[in-house]
Amino acid sequence: MFEGVPLTWFLITGTIMFFVGIYGFLVRKNLITILMSTELILNSVNINFVAFNKILYPGHLEGMFFAIFIIAVAAAEASVAIAIIINIYRRLVNIDVEKMNEMKY
Amino acid sequence: MTPNQLMFAIFSAVIIIFSILTVTSRRILRAATFLLFVLVATGGMYFLLRFNFLAAIQLTLYAGGIVVLIIFSILLTSHIGTKLEAPSLMKILPAFLVTAVGAILTIATILQYKFPQEVVANSDRTDIHVIAKSLISTEKFGYALPFEVISILLLAAMVGAIILAKKRKD
Repeated sequence: MFEGVPLTWFLITGTIMFFVGIYGFLVRKNLITILMSTELILNSVNINFVAFNKILYPGHLEGMFFAIFIIAVAAAEASVAIAIIINIYRRLVNIDVEKMNEMKY
Repeated sequence: MTPNQLMFAIFSAVIIIFSILTVTSRRILRAATFLLFVLVATGGMYFLLRFNFLAAIQLTLYAGGIVVLIIFSILLTSHIGTKLEAPSLMKILPAFLVTAVGAILTIATILQYKFPQEVVANSDRTDIHVIAKSLISTEKFGYALPFEVISILLLAAMVGAIILAKKRKD
């Protein structure tokens, strides 16, 4: 309970966001939209970490630090993924996952 | 309903509605804008939990950096007016089924589990001095090693992205 807001509310919000991200990951075909779904998944995990930290272990900072590290990993992942996407676009002129069947260059 | 509960309800509604719109919108630039709303609402949730530094990082790095990167790559790889083709029903149905079952199972488990109610509230140690000292400390509750690992990862990602996106002469 954090000033009237129970922990389960945060967890349920994070769960819904996580599974919406997985739905997008499974359904979408464009590579950039798949990347956006991945960002949704990472963000939902961050909400869980921070809520657990604040509500169950106030006075500690573990959850916050791991949220910071996850944000850094997400930034690195996004930059490399976009470099790959632009490289693929330059070679194949579309970024549809179903039309891509060779990774060799 | 206390003010905190009201703010939580607003942020949570924004997160859920706009994340669903992000994965279903057929115009890709709109999907990126909806993703921006989701990220800003997440930052608001960090502010609600009094993690001011984390919320600032969320707003500058996620909402400011990653979304701009995504929008740039959208503008480089597709025309603004194009609509994505709708996914077929054969693809929507299994994905929806899997995610719905997973979400229901997880939410049922969360609601069933008895989290400890009485937590000894210490002083809030989230000011910037404590964060800076723990990030470079090697003692208990110090994060020097993950900090170094993440900096090497960021360096490797930067070099890799430059090499990948560079024009090849062939």
